Amino acid sequence: MSIKDEIKKVRDNVYEIPGSYNKSMRASGRFYIADEYIDDLEEGAVEQIVNVACLPGVQRYSIGLPDIHFGYGFPIGGVAAFSLRNGIVSPGGVGFDINCGVRLIRSNLGIADIEDKLDELTEKLFENIPSGVGSKGKIRLDENEINDVLDYGAEWAVKNGYGWQEDLEVLEENGRMIDADSSIVSDKAKKRGIPQLGSLGSGNHFLEVQIVDEIYDENVAEVYGLREGMIVIMIHTGSRGCGHQICSDYLRVMDKAYKKYKINLSDRQLACAPLDSKEAQDYIQAMAAAANYAWANRQMMTHWVRETFEDVIGRSAEDMEMGIVYDVAHNIAKMETHKVYNREEELLVHRKGATRAFGPGREEVPEKYRQVGQPVLIPGTMGTASYVLCGTETAMEETFGSTAHGAGRILSRSKAKKNFDADEITDDLAAKGIRIKATSKHVIKEEAPGAYKDVDSVVRVSDSTGIAKLVAKLRPLSVCKG
Amino acid sequence: MVRSMKRFEYFEATADIGLRAYGKDMEEAFENAGLAIFNIISDTSGIAPLREIEFEITSEDDVSLLYDYLEELLFYHEVEFMLFSRFDVEISEGFHLKAKITGEEIDWERHERKTEIKAITFHRMAVKKADNVEVQAIVDL
Repeated sequence: MSIKDEIKKVRDNVYEIPGSYNKSMRASGRFYIADEYIDDLEEGAVEQIVNVACLPGVQRYSIGLPDIHFGYGFPIGGVAAFSLRNGIVSPGGVGFDINCGVRLIRSNLGIADIEDKLDELTEKLFENIPSGVGSKGKIRLDENEINDVLDYGAEWAVKNGYGWQEDLEVLEENGRMIDADSSIVSDKAKKRGIPQLGSLGSGNHFLEVQIVDEIYDENVAEVYGLREGMIVIMIHTGSRGCGHQICSDYLRVMDKAYKKYKINLSDRQLACAPLDSKEAQDYIQAMAAAANYAWANRQMMTHWVRETFEDVIGRSAEDMEMGIVYDVAHNIAKMETHKVYNREEELLVHRKGATRAFGPGREEVPEKYRQVGQPVLIPGTMGTASYVLCGTETAMEETFGSTAHGAGRILSRSKAKKNFDADEITDDLAAKGIRIKATSKHVIKEEAPGAYKDVDSVVRVSDSTGIAKLVAKLRPLSVCKG
Repeated sequence: MVRSMKRFEYFEATADIGLRAYGKDMEEAFENAGLAIFNIISDTSGIAPLREIEFEITSEDDVSLLYDYLEELLFYHEVEFMLFSRFDVEISEGFHLKAKITGEEIDWERHERKTEIKAITFHRMAVKKADNVEVQAIVDL
C-alpha cells in the first residue's frame, strides 16, 4: 500500500496524514496542495513530511505547502516548529542556502519612463550585479569586515554606504539577526564568503525588472505602496558559498550530535541536536550569521540597482522613490511565539522553502504594514509572473504563520536540458516582450519555465486556503540570470 | 594506457544531479569523482593543468571521506577562483586522504560556463567496494 493512501482530505486543497499512521509520529502531517496536484504529489515528499513529524518536540503539524517537493531530509516547501523545552534544531530543516530570500523595490516609474531604455537597463543591471557560477563580488573584504557582515547584516551594508537607513525598517528582522556570532563561523565559510559578497549566484536566482500587472486587493496594495502599472525590481538570492559552507559544517556536527544524544532518525539528513545542547546553540548562531550575510548581499544589490537606474534614467533614486517594499527569508529557522492548543508557546520554526506570512497585529511586522499583515513575496521562474500576497490570521492559526515560497521544480535539470532549447526560450520570451540576459545557455535551459510547477497555481492555493491573500501580480519585463 | 571502463556518469535526481564515478580502487574512483564535479561546473577538457593545490583531510568513514573530499574541491574552486582537471588522490589507513589537484584560474571568456554547485549532499551517498570501486553522490545545484 502506498503512503499516499493514508492521506485524508480536510477541506478543499488541504490534506492530512494522521499521527496514528506510524508509532514514531509525534504530530500529524498536513499538506496545502491543489486538489488537482494531489495525484502528482511525490511519495518521497510525503515520506519526508512523516519523517519530520517523528522528530523530538515537533508541534501540531509537519506542514507541506503548495510548492512542496522532495528535498534532502526535510522536503522543500515545508514548515516544522519545535518546542524550546524538548525540541531540536536541524540544518537540513533550513537548507544549504541559508536566508535565500526575495526583495522587492518599488519606484514611481511607469512603462513610458523606461520603455525606450529597457535594453540598456537590462545590459547595465547585468553588468553591475555580478552573477553566474564562479562570480565574484565587486568589492573585496578583509577578514575583519567579513566578521562585521556576519554580525551586522544589512546594518553593515547601510553603514558602509549601500542603501538608505530607512531600508532597514522594511526587511524581515530589520536585516540583522542579533543571535549571530561570527566567532563561531568557520574560516572556510568566511573564505568562501569574502569573494562572493555582492553577487547573485546561479540556478534559480534572478534579478528582474517587473511591472505591477494586476491588483487584487486595492486597500492592502495601497498600504504596501503598490499600484497598477508601477515599475518594480525583484531580487532573489541568498548567502552564497558562505551559507552553503555553514550548512555543510553543521551537517557534519549534527551527524555526530544525533548519535551522541541518541535521537532516532529515519534519514541521516535529518541530523539534529536538542535545543539546549551546545551543538544546537552554535548552529543557531552560525545560521543567523549566514542570514545576515544574505541580507547584506541583497542590500548591496539594492544599492547597485538604484545606481544603475540613476545612470540610465538620469534621475536620482530618491526622486524615483525607489524604496524597498519588503524583504523575506524563505530558508531559515526562527524563535517565534505561536498559539499551541490555546497556549502561547515559544517555538523554533523551521522554514525550508517557505515564506513567513504573519497576519495583522504581529509586532514583527513593520509598523506601517502591521494593520494588514506582512508582505509575502513569491517569485516566479524565468519569464513567469511573481506575486505579492499578505500574511493572514489563518496562517497564524494553521501554519505557524507561513506560506509557499515559489514555483517548485518538477523536471530535473538534465531533463530540462534535453527538453528545451535556449534560443527558443529566449525567442519565446522576446515575443512576450521579456528581455533576458544570462551568463550561459545552460542556465536558460535548466531554468526553463516548463521545468517548474505553475506558480499561478501555487499562489492560488495559498490564497484559497487562506494561508496568505493575493495582493498584486508582477509581470517581468527583463530578467538577469546567473 | 588502456582504459576499459567508464570513468564517471550522471544520473537524474529531482531538482539536482547525481554522479557515479568508477575506479580500480578508492583512489581512482575519487579522482574520477573530481572529474565528474568539474564537468558539471565546466568542461574539464578545456582546463589546463597550470597550478597545483594540495590538501589533506581525515574523516571517520568512507562515505564521510567522500563527502569531505568533494566539499574540499568546491572550497578551492570558490576560494582560489579555479577550475581543476587533474586529480591525484592517496588514501591511507584511518580514512586519511592526501590530494593534489591541478587546474587553472577561471577565465569565463575561455572556459565553458555551466552550472554552479551549491553543496554536496549525503543523500544516497555511497562507496561500493567490490572488484572495482564505485562512488555515488548527489550535488545540490
